Amino acid sequence: MGDDAGLDPALLEDSAEDLYENAPCGYLSTRLDGQIAKINTTLLSWLGYRRDELVGRRYFSDLLTVGGRLYHETHFAPLLAMQGEVGGVALELKTADGSRLPVLVNSVVRTGADGEPLLIRTTIFEARDRRAYERELLRARQAAEREGERLQLLVTTLQRSLLPPALPAVPGLQTTAHYHFASLNEVGGDFYDLFALGPDRWGLFLGDVCGKGAEAAAVTSMIRYTLRAAAVYDPDPAAVLNTLNRALREDYERDFGRFCTAIFGRLSRDGDSFVLTLASGGHPAPLLIRAGVASYYPVRGGPFIGVFDDAVFTATTIVLAPGDTLLLYTDGLIDARTGEARERFGEEALCELAARVVPGTATSIVKTIIELLDGFGDGLDDDVAVLALSVPPGSGPGK
Amino acid sequence: MPAMSGVTVGRRNNVTVTGRADGPVVMLAHGFGCDQNMWRLIVPGLVEDFRVVLFDHVGAGHSDLSAWEPGRYATLDGYADDVLRICAELELPPVVFVGHSVSSMIGVLAAIRDPARFAKLILVGPSPRYVDDGSYLGGFSQGDIDELLDSLESNYLGWSAAMAPVIMGNPERPELAGELENSFCQTDPAIARAFARTTFLSDNRSDLAKVTVPTLILQCDRDAIAPTAVGEYVHAQIPGSSLVTLPATGHCPQLSAPDATLAAIVSFAAGTGAGPVAGAGTR
Repeated sequence: MGDDAGLDPALLEDSAEDLYENAPCGYLSTRLDGQIAKINTTLLSWLGYRRDELVGRRYFSDLLTVGGRLYHETHFAPLLAMQGEVGGVALELKTADGSRLPVLVNSVVRTGADGEPLLIRTTIFEARDRRAYERELLRARQAAEREGERLQLLVTTLQRSLLPPALPAVPGLQTTAHYHFASLNEVGGDFYDLFALGPDRWGLFLGDVCGKGAEAAAVTSMIRYTLRAAAVYDPDPAAVLNTLNRALREDYERDFGRFCTAIFGRLSRDGDSFVLTLASGGHPAPLLIRAGVASYYPVRGGPFIGVFDDAVFTATTIVLAPGDTLLLYTDGLIDARTGEARERFGEEALCELAARVVPGTATSIVKTIIELLDGFGDGLDDDVAVLALSVPPGSGPGK
Repeated sequence: MPAMSGVTVGRRNNVTVTGRADGPVVMLAHGFGCDQNMWRLIVPGLVEDFRVVLFDHVGAGHSDLSAWEPGRYATLDGYADDVLRICAELELPPVVFVGHSVSSMIGVLAAIRDPARFAKLILVGPSPRYVDDGSYLGGFSQGDIDELLDSLESNYLGWSAAMAPVIMGNPERPELAGELENSFCQTDPAIARAFARTTFLSDNRSDLAKVTVPTLILQCDRDAIAPTAVGEYVHAQIPGSSLVTLPATGHCPQLSAPDATLAAIVSFAAGTGAGPVAGAGTR
């Protein structure tokens, strides 16, 4: 080093002047207000302008596309004034023939000996390749977004097919249901239904298939139709769950075993009251709200459905009198994590919440639960289904 | 569904209130592609005499992004509605509304809807329509705007990510650290695209004549976004308005010429109302 004799003769031809003019990047010096003061040959040739067309006449922002100009005005120039330098900003330059040149821009403010800003120096690198990569990224992202939308459409359509579009009217009874989807990208495994079995007689069920996603959806579909068909054949809740148990055993014996929890009920009207016979297969006990007091109603029944060949289910009968409300729900509700400590919401909190709702009707309790679910935010990672029945308070003695 | 009613505008619009509690209220509204940071060189000059209200439009800065709805913010009316909601929720007396860029038209719309909420309007670099239309010169061709919207779509990397590394740290100028503690003009790229569409395709020329509040137009003498001819147009259309041309380059005089901008704002805000204000370039 420092020995000219050892240098390649080609380097002796190089000069600072030549390096400036013909550098493999564009050089641009502007006044503080952006007016072009000096520009190198490389940049002129990229832009297709003569030096005298730009120097002293045009401003840096004149070379930018509208988007670039806006970005320059709102971000680039203010940051440059604030920090004295800005680097790595992607912009597009407008060339003389109207085409666009993607570039990466770095600018520094050159200050005088007294620290006062004198001018702005800018280096400009051609960035066609980078722009091409960006476009690839964008294309990939757009494709991913389209796929995501397709998936969500598929999921919501499938999910809708597994739930009743609306509950049928039951004269003398207020009924409300709600389904909270934990994810738009995955079919949930909760299900419910309420349907007429004859004049003044209805069947209802609510349950939860183990797992979620496409396989759980297939099982849910099979469970729904089995329950509906079994109820037509023999509406005794224990018999219905026995039928479902057998069907799940036969169908899923050879696979890895799908099972579910469910409550099935047969509902009939009796004057102002309703008689509800329920059987549960491993499902959380329903909540009965009576005279402002909420308590879990012990429903005998049997084990998880689809696990044991010899499962036995038995039924329990509740009379819902005027003023009574019964809430069926899936465990996503009580298993939600709440607050900073991510504590399980729990049976007790649900009980207290339900007792506080005034009036304690099906509609207002489900509304309160919907607000609760919204408040859980990301503490709720499971689907939740609720189905509530309430008998409006009577205006007098029953007929 | 988030419970909209439960979200106060304070959180939704990241409202900041500072300055003299019993002073007249100056409300500062930022423009496209930025947030309330835009005003940081102006605020220190206002806090002694005025109560200063700053906020971020929904989708910008530290606003509540979940409150953004495509339908509500597809027109400037949604943003004007937010301004009125802030005034109502904070129970503000009539405010001096300072709107930069697109916020000047947001202020115009809000002041037409509820003039009693506004003492004065100060429009910084206003444009009622960006696209040329017949003899009206907005400064942009339809092709320009299409290219802009297209570039926001395709060059999202440049807009959203390019600034992050530059503002991370600046060891040579530690005094900037506090100022840039959070960030400079955070904008969600998807919302920025929609806001650009709303901003650059709007046409509020016919609204200008309906303004009844004393109005000052602050125009930069070299503005690539809102040319002087547009400032003059706004001045001519708003009855009794004043126009001050600032010796400033660019579209953001509150950053490039903060002293002159502050002086013009203070003079008009503290003045008796309409009519010429002190300062060079008054017409």
